[in-house]
Amino acid sequence: MAEILVLVDHADGVVRKPALELLTLARRIGEPSAVVLGAGPAAAEIAAKVAEFGAAKVYVADAAEFADYLVVPKVDALTQIAKAADAAAVLVTSSGEGKEIAARVALRLGSGIITDAVDLEAGDGGPVATQSVFAASFQVKSKVSHGAPVITVKPNAVGPEAAPAAGAVENVTVGFTGNAAKVTSRTARVSSGRPELTEAAIVVSGGRGVGAADGFGVVEELADSLGAAVGASRAAVDAGWYPHSNQVGQTGKQVSPQLYVAAGISGAIQHRAGMQTSKTIVAINKDAEAPIFELVDYGVVGDLFQVLPQLTAEVKARKG
Amino acid sequence: MRIVVCVKYVPDATGDRRFADDTTTDRDAVDGLLSELDEYGVEQALRIAEASGDAEVTVLTVGPDDARDALKKALSMGADKGVHVNDDDIHGSDVIATSAIIAKALEQTGYDLVVCGMASTDGTMGVLPALLAERLGVPQVTLLSEVSVEAGVVKGRRDGDAATELVEASLPAVVSVTDQSGEARYPSFKGIMAAKKKPVAELDLDDLGLEADEVGLAGAWTAVETVTERPARTAGTIVKDEGEGGKQLATFLAEQKFI
Ligand SMILES: Cc1cc2nc3c(=O)[nH]c(=O)nc-3n(C[C@H](O)[C@H](O)[C@H](O)COP(=O)(O)OP(=O)(O)OC[C@H]3O[C@@H](n4cnc5c(N)ncnc54)[C@H](O)[C@@H]3O)c2cc1C
Ligand SMILES: Cc1cc2nc3c(=O)[nH]c(=O)nc-3n(C[C@H](O)[C@H](O)[C@H](O)COP(=O)(O)OP(=O)(O)OC[C@H]3O[C@@H](n4cnc5c(N)ncnc54)[C@H](O)[C@@H]3O)c2cc1C
Repeated sequence: MAEILVLVDHADGVVRKPALELLTLARRIGEPSAVVLGAGPAAAEIAAKVAEFGAAKVYVADAAEFADYLVVPKVDALTQIAKAADAAAVLVTSSGEGKEIAARVALRLGSGIITDAVDLEAGDGGPVATQSVFAASFQVKSKVSHGAPVITVKPNAVGPEAAPAAGAVENVTVGFTGNAAKVTSRTARVSSGRPELTEAAIVVSGGRGVGAADGFGVVEELADSLGAAVGASRAAVDAGWYPHSNQVGQTGKQVSPQLYVAAGISGAIQHRAGMQTSKTIVAINKDAEAPIFELVDYGVVGDLFQVLPQLTAEVKARKG
Repeated sequence: MRIVVCVKYVPDATGDRRFADDTTTDRDAVDGLLSELDEYGVEQALRIAEASGDAEVTVLTVGPDDARDALKKALSMGADKGVHVNDDDIHGSDVIATSAIIAKALEQTGYDLVVCGMASTDGTMGVLPALLAERLGVPQVTLLSEVSVEAGVVKGRRDGDAATELVEASLPAVVSVTDQSGEARYPSFKGIMAAKKKPVAELDLDDLGLEADEVGLAGAWTAVETVTERPARTAGTIVKDEGEGGKQLATFLAEQKFI
């Protein structure tokens, strides 16, 4: 069966959920093999996890280069493995780095690339990817017409499904090409203890209407009562009220949760670009004319400092 | 130092963007402009040039006739000269072909530092800078929220998903900057007047030594099969908070099984 390479995104020795989603999608178009780069001693545990989700083979490569240089060492490894395996397709998570890796691998393989797919199916002439474009106002189905398709897929495109497979580990020694920027320092992002924004089933976001950094307290309390991630509009981030890593939108994270709650956010096109594909959308805004209300399944016209605490108390009461 | 900023001419994101019958971006339906995210690239290039005191900033675009507007805006912000790659056969190019065209153009203009935006506001792939680095065989120093050049070394800060990294490379290199890198300046009246006299070189595929079938729809390595407008979301329930708004919302969330 056609071998589909999945580049496994991992952090702190743990597989990130989008990698399991890729394995699930890969099974629709062939037999998935996982590629685990620079995981150190955690590679064995990661290999076991990806085997549970369908990886027949697990290619493992470890070297200082993966951490010491930007992007290129991973491109070297993935290209080498794709060529050796004669891979029928390569899937990578749509993150800033993931897309850059994928693009260079595509060029080296002589393949076309599709980025930011939200779905993937088998088609007559190879895999067909669905993209959600122009701030999610159009759905485009496209395919790669030259070379083995290289496709990056957004988190939450599919729910990860377990499908135990062999997970035979194959250690790979990579020939590095150089010409890469050096990473001179790395500071891991401090975890908030909340779910990852792009992976969360529920996201609660605050905007300029939150008024101040302190104002995010009511947003966080609601998020915690729901087990949700916290997001922010660019206006709130630019004001310094919340970290940029939590920004939702065109130049922040693109999220597609089951439930998106927008509090004090007007709904500008660039914000919509990051949340419009959420399954259910709820908004709280004191302006009845705010464009966000065009998107909502349920909207409350009111002051978020009244509505959110009442909602939080109610959620806690109902959850007991 | 020769700095070249790559800028894209895109349909206005606040307009009603559509596709033409050949599934390429409809450039007639909505007015175009310099991609807002490329203003950050122009800004950082100008700051690096000002700090160096001995630099020339060229702005480069690949696009149809109207793309000249994007160059004009960048020139009025303060860039020194423009390069416009324009050829009917480029219509419909995918990102692999676009990167081939820009890489050829860069080889002609010469460069020490190439500066890009983080992503275009229409295609939004965010991969062109990486492809340029691959084609030119120089380091990519991309997605930077801070950037500087000193003694032939470009340094920057890259805020990734899991970590913040400090990165550096010797020139020549390809850089891309995010919208966190610093607000772009507005063109001054003087800048707008001066831009009219700044030279813009026009190049076509012949000038670049590229064949028509290597680019455009004909040379694309990806193919769009269908384009469907997303149905407008059906109007939801909207209530005014009369003191019970939070509770009403909780009832809705419970009905939807979120609590
Ligand atoms: C190239 C580019 C990229 C961009 N990328 C992004 C991006 O990634 N993400 C993003 O979010 N934006 C992005 N933007 C910015 C975007 O255009 C908007 O400026 C931004 O989304 C506005 O944020 P906001 O809705 O929080 O603020 P505003 O538009 O100011 O809206 C605040 C809302 O809060 C309401 N409000 C005020 N007080 C209260 C209260 N007490 N209770 C309830 N409601 C209240 C107001 O009625 C108003 O509707 C980008 C812009 C550009 C040009
Ligand atoms: C909705 C949509 C979806 C698309 N999906 C795909 C796809 O999946 N695969 C594919 O191969 N092509 C795709 N394309 C085509 C692709 O967008 C174009 O080939 C484009 O020229 C390059 O990609 P980008 O605009 O996404 O650039 P990005 O990679 O997002 O651009 C990054 C930076 O590169 C520079 N740059 C980009 N374009 C130019 C230019 N023309 N002139 C000068 N500098 C430039 C700018 O500095 C910009 O900030 C898509 C186009 C659209 C409109």
